[in-house]
Amino acid sequence: MNPILSLQHLKKYYSDQKAVDDISFDIQQGSIFGLLGPNGAGKTTLLRMITGIFYPDGGDIILDGQKFNPVEDIQKIGYMPEERGMYKKMKIGEQALYLAQLKGLSKSEATEKIKYWFKKFEMESWWNKKVEDLSKGMSQKLQFVVTVLHEPKLIILDEPFSGLDPINANLIKDEIFNLAKKGSTIIFSTHRMEQVEEICDHIVLVNLGKKILDGTVAEVKQQFKENIFTIQTTEPYTIQDNPIFSVVKTEKNKTQVKIQSGYQSNDVLNYLLKEKVNIIGYNELLPSLNEIFIQLVEGTHASTRAFQAEN
Amino acid sequence: MHKIWLIIQREYTTRVKNKRFILVTFLMPVLIIGFGFGFGYLSATGTEHRKIAVVDPNGFIKTSLKNTSQIEFSFPMQVDTLNYNEKGFTDILIIPKFDGEKKTDYILRSKKSMGLMLQNSITDKINGAIEDQMLQESGIQQSTLDSIHKASQFAELKAYEDKGSSSKESNAGLAMGIGYASGFLIYITLFIYGSMVMRGVMEEKTNRIAEVIISSVKPFELMMGKIIGIGAVGLTQFIMWIILILSLSSVAMGFLPADVQHQVASLQQSNGQMGAGMMQASDAAKNIYTFQHTIQTANWPLILTCFVFYFLGGYLFYSALFAAVGSVVNEDPQDAQSLMFPITMPIIFSYLITNMVTQNPNTPLAFWASIIPFSSPMVMMARIAYGVPSAVSYWELALSMSILIGGFLFTTWLSGKIYRTGILLYGKKVNWKTMIKWAFKKQ
Repeated sequence: MNPILSLQHLKKYYSDQKAVDDISFDIQQGSIFGLLGPNGAGKTTLLRMITGIFYPDGGDIILDGQKFNPVEDIQKIGYMPEERGMYKKMKIGEQALYLAQLKGLSKSEATEKIKYWFKKFEMESWWNKKVEDLSKGMSQKLQFVVTVLHEPKLIILDEPFSGLDPINANLIKDEIFNLAKKGSTIIFSTHRMEQVEEICDHIVLVNLGKKILDGTVAEVKQQFKENIFTIQTTEPYTIQDNPIFSVVKTEKNKTQVKIQSGYQSNDVLNYLLKEKVNIIGYNELLPSLNEIFIQLVEGTHASTRAFQAEN
Repeated sequence: MHKIWLIIQREYTTRVKNKRFILVTFLMPVLIIGFGFGFGYLSATGTEHRKIAVVDPNGFIKTSLKNTSQIEFSFPMQVDTLNYNEKGFTDILIIPKFDGEKKTDYILRSKKSMGLMLQNSITDKINGAIEDQMLQESGIQQSTLDSIHKASQFAELKAYEDKGSSSKESNAGLAMGIGYASGFLIYITLFIYGSMVMRGVMEEKTNRIAEVIISSVKPFELMMGKIIGIGAVGLTQFIMWIILILSLSSVAMGFLPADVQHQVASLQQSNGQMGAGMMQASDAAKNIYTFQHTIQTANWPLILTCFVFYFLGGYLFYSALFAAVGSVVNEDPQDAQSLMFPITMPIIFSYLITNMVTQNPNTPLAFWASIIPFSSPMVMMARIAYGVPSAVSYWELALSMSILIGGFLFTTWLSGKIYRTGILLYGKKVNWKTMIKWAFKKQ
């Protein structure tokens, strides 16, 4: 199946640094794709090239099988940037209509779709209110609606959950799943790794303008696993180091062990059974994306680069 | 193109529906007319009144020194520089004994110093008195002098311009007036609507909606939509004012006493010719007739067309620059001040040059200032008021207009480049040097 978006050797150079330095990856239709990286990594620049705000210095963007055309393809993309506000003094219904029309919808189409979404999110009473009358959570909901209003094939969300309380965050999360199920593709950019684990199928990690990870969440975790397993026991046991595994951490009823090379997981079980340890839980402990992120990014002066970019 | 139209609509309707806009539009003509009347009233009544004691050993000033509405001359005895105030006089004028034709100084002492105009008035009166005295000494009677003065005020200069085979009545006073008025109008428009464009452009940044909009439209489209939309608001306001002022003045005309209206009508019929009718018309009627007649001597179709052209051209030229500034300003209004400086300076200079040019439309300075797009909107209007092609030849006008068009195309292009980078930039303080660099960088 052809990917809905294919980035090939994208480059964007500024006079003082390479913001995007030869990045390539594909995104499949209907997937929830995570674009991760520290501040200053080049995420925003990348997204701005995908949405046609910036023009690449090199490389190609293929959207839906054809070369990306910023003028024509705008209707296929919905973009919610990190810096997202609304005209404070404008009425909400009017503003949603204006933004939808700018995307290319006709007035009647736009009105119909706005009504549908407002009803779905229980925002019907907001039509004549001004944006400045809304609370932060309410305006985030509005921004999300405005982004997905025109049923774009590709939805790009940059830090969509920032500032949301758990209830509204959940609402948006469910909606993201719904949209993906209906066939939209979602690019989700963040540096909140725990959210990524919950939502994304596939991730790409960028740092210093380069891609350093590309795979499904499961693949990535497998790539970085350290063969660590947790053993949960009925009583606290002190499990000793031995040729099969070494003990990493002991906590009340849980022990973390690292299997030495040459041995399998079943060897550990055999050993423990021989020792007559009462096992009630035994799991592979895969690294969290957070840990992987820190491992890969720490010490690369990513934040210094962001600071330098300012000057 | 459709998108620019959407943006123009939004910018226009949000501003025009605004309560403050409606208020200012209707209030301004009332204020202007009110100020005009108030000013006239104050300058007529708010002047000071002086009682001057004159000490004149020559004895002949007395008969010749006439009082005015502001100055009352008296010739009392036993008043000197120490007691004039107690005796009820505001000033004392001491005239020395004239000695043949030697130049003499006379001394004015006042408790409160007198303004320049009044002083000049007194000097004129004294010299006039001396002149009358000398004429009398050579044999001319005072009464003869008086009637000569009165009768000699009848000649008026009517200037005609030769344009090939025909000649048309020209009027320097009117030209000056039109020059001043259009210069002033364009001047305030540039400031008011220029800063409105700047604030309008800042709207996307302060509301943090810039990137959202830019993902749907090109930055250039957004900038042009704003400039045109706000320009349309300004034009609407202007037209409303003109309509209101014209209707208010014709209503005011209707309030004039009926006989004055008749006199104006008959003067118009007889084309202001001297005759029995002219002598009997009141001053008011004469003034109104002269005003109306003078207005008609100007070439209105040309002046209005040029005014509209230069008004729009000047607006487009400068508003693009204001937009560029607005796009790089963050929340700090201080940034705006220093960035605006290179834009507001030419506007102010142009206005000063315009004032000079209304009096001297044919100097080299006037010529160059009417060609350079920074100043041409105001200065060329002042020159055009003196007549085309008499004061301004056709090729000069064509040159000025085409350079202005090129000018605003250039500033629009320049600002477009600055705008597209500046609008997404938050938190960095920028100066003009950086902005120009952006303009010439490849995107």
